[in-house]
Order: sequence, then C-alpha cells, then structure tokens
Amino acid sequence: MPSVTKHTTEEIWRFLSEIPDPEIPVISITELGVLRKVDIENSKVIITITPTYSGCPAMKTFEDDIKFKLQENNILDFEIKTIHSPAWTTDWITEEAREKLRKFGIAPPIRGSEDKGVLFHSETKNIECPNCNSNNTNLKSQFGSTACKALYQCEECLEPFDYFKCI
Amino acid sequence: MTKNEALVKYCLRLGDSSLILGQRMAEWCSNGPVLEEDIAMSNIGLDLFGQSRTMLTYAGEIEGKDRTENDFAFKRLEREFFNNLMSERPNGHFGDTVVRNLFLSAHTYHLYKKLSSSSDNTIAAFAAKSLKEVTYHLRHSAEWVVRLGDGTKESHSKTQQSVNDLWEYTADLFAMNEVDELLIKENIAIDLNEIKPLWDNTINEVLERATLTRPEDSFMQKGSLNGMHSEALGHLLTEMQFLPRAYPDAKW
Repeated sequence: MPSVTKHTTEEIWRFLSEIPDPEIPVISITELGVLRKVDIENSKVIITITPTYSGCPAMKTFEDDIKFKLQENNILDFEIKTIHSPAWTTDWITEEAREKLRKFGIAPPIRGSEDKGVLFHSETKNIECPNCNSNNTNLKSQFGSTACKALYQCEECLEPFDYFKCI
Repeated sequence: MTKNEALVKYCLRLGDSSLILGQRMAEWCSNGPVLEEDIAMSNIGLDLFGQSRTMLTYAGEIEGKDRTENDFAFKRLEREFFNNLMSERPNGHFGDTVVRNLFLSAHTYHLYKKLSSSSDNTIAAFAAKSLKEVTYHLRHSAEWVVRLGDGTKESHSKTQQSVNDLWEYTADLFAMNEVDELLIKENIAIDLNEIKPLWDNTINEVLERATLTRPEDSFMQKGSLNGMHSEALGHLLTEMQFLPRAYPDAKW
C-alpha cells in the first residue's frame, strides 16, 4: 500500500518556502512567485511552478531543490508540473521580497506597467539606487547579469547596480 | 492535411525560428563589441531558446511519435527545418545583427500579441509569455538601429547597407500556405496579412528615426514554409548539432 502523506498543503507550502532562489538567495521561490500551487490528489503531492523567463536557467535548480525538500520530508509520491499561463509577472514579487532585494543591492521592479512601453521608452524613470536611495540614476544596459535584470548606474554614489526588470 | 499535422508544422515554424535566431545570438557570446552587448546578446539567446523549447516540446506531443525537443533540435536536417529565412542570416557586423533582430522582433512582437488569444491554449500561453520577452528584444534592437543609423557617416552607411541587404528576406516572414489556411479557420493561427501593416508601421517609425531609407520591394526570397533554406542554415546546424551527433545521447 502506498504511503499516505501526513502533511497538509499548508505544511508543504511552508517548508517549500525555505527554498531560496539560486541566483538571489535572499528571497524564496514563494516570495518570487515561482511556486504557484500545492495540491494533494489521492495522496499524491502535485507541485505547480512557473518560469520567470522562458529560458530561465534556474528552473532546473528550482525543480531539483523542490524534489530534495519533499524527499527530506518523506514525501516520495509527487509530481512537479510547469505551467506557462498565466505568465509570470514581477507584480507577484511580495512587498517583503522587494525590501530584501533592495537590501541585497538589487533595485526592485517598479509596480505596474510604467516601464512596459515598447519603442524608445527607456526605463530611466525613478529607479532608485539601492545603495544611496538617489533617483539620479541611468540605464547602462537593458540586459544585466541575468535575463531578468538591467544594469544601472547611480550618478550620486557612482555605484553600478542591478535593476529587476518589469515584465 | 489533418489539423494535427498542420499544428505540428505551425509549432515547428515558431519553435525553429526562435531556436535558429537563438543560436545566432549564442555566436556573439565572447565576441560582442562591448561587454554589456555581449551579455545582452546571450540573454536574448536564452529567452529564444526557452521559447523554442516550449514549441518543440508541444510539437512532439501533438505528433505523438515520442520525439522530444532535443530530437527536433539536433536530429533534423536543413530541409526539415521551418524557421524563417531571416533568422538564419549570418550575424555579419553588429549593424547587420541589430537590423536583422529589428525585423524579426517587430514580427514576433505583433504576431505574439495576436496569438495570445489563439484558441489553442498552449500556443496562447506561449505567445503571452514570449511577448513580454520580445518586447525587450524589440526595444533593444530598435534603439541600436537608431543609434547607428543616426550616428556617424560610416555607421549610417553601413546600417543602410544592412537594411538593403536583408530586405529581400522580409517577405518570407509573411508567407502562408495550407497550414495557415487550416489553422486560421480554427482560430489557432493568425492571418499574417493582419500582421504586415503593423510590422510596416513599426519598421517605418524606427527607420525614420534612424534617418534610414526603407528599400523598395524588388526580388524577394521565399521558401522556408517548404524547408527551402539558404546555405547559411547548413553551416549553423553543423556547429549547433556537432556534439549530439558526435556523442549520441551524451548527458551532462
């Protein structure tokens, strides 16, 4: 007889929240919004995740980390599903996570669609330097250290910094 | 042709075009004119590979012959690829690359916008997700075309040459056949005649800002719908497929 999981979805959600983002270890996969659903169907645990960017190289690590975490908690009957709809958006990043990003030196994405214009709308509007809080900052490159970040420089403290792009 | 056969071909068209342009982007890795652009090209490539994986995997599911995304990417020959001709154009100099990318990202931007409401849920999800990414690609290439076109005398004339050289491959982006006919009826595919004027507007706006001249349509290359490609694709595949062909089933 297959072992029946003793965990509730809330418990599973809680310990999966301990998994950090492999690239930005100060925030978890739940704060980032990558973990979408935890379901239990006939004692099988079904985890649903969604990629931030289509080609995000961290997805495989997310899956492996989730696998380890489930096994660590004696959950052996599980499935990890990846969905693409609704498409991930930076609006799902929690308020606490935004503060953590800022402390880590990454400017969090601005809310809503302010920087989502298509042609020639540069993202220079009010991106605050995470180091000195100045608004006098400039876009250096739309593509930074990872696909999800742009590279900015602060004109006050002169430090370059990453900005989490709005999508 | 059944609906499923048409759908497989349609997914391969979308998936192959992303894959082949992604490989072109990867060729810039460590060869970019400045570090920021080197990183930008690699990141754009990464987005494109991600998009391609979704479509190739889906093509395999519909086909039902156990072909995976890797089988499609690494075990097909030129004539079995359906990427548009523009995506396989060689990188050339940086101006050639950004002009090619402008033509392509303006195309996918408008196409994905419409495909987001496709009656096929997987295609709609793919398009809505990819749209967010190609918006950045379009902005990136458009800004570079303006910077180079409206730059120095030399950068202007080189970029105008890139536009002229690549123009003959633009018609292939809007070519349709019985695949489209069948899928448009099912509200799965989009009539590319609807995309063309939108693409024209975007391209005209960018070229004007860049002080570049839009070429007259003359002889136009076509053939990607039937797997007819330029010799550039063969060279690209030789490099891209080398490892899986030399070491079949190799694992990381």
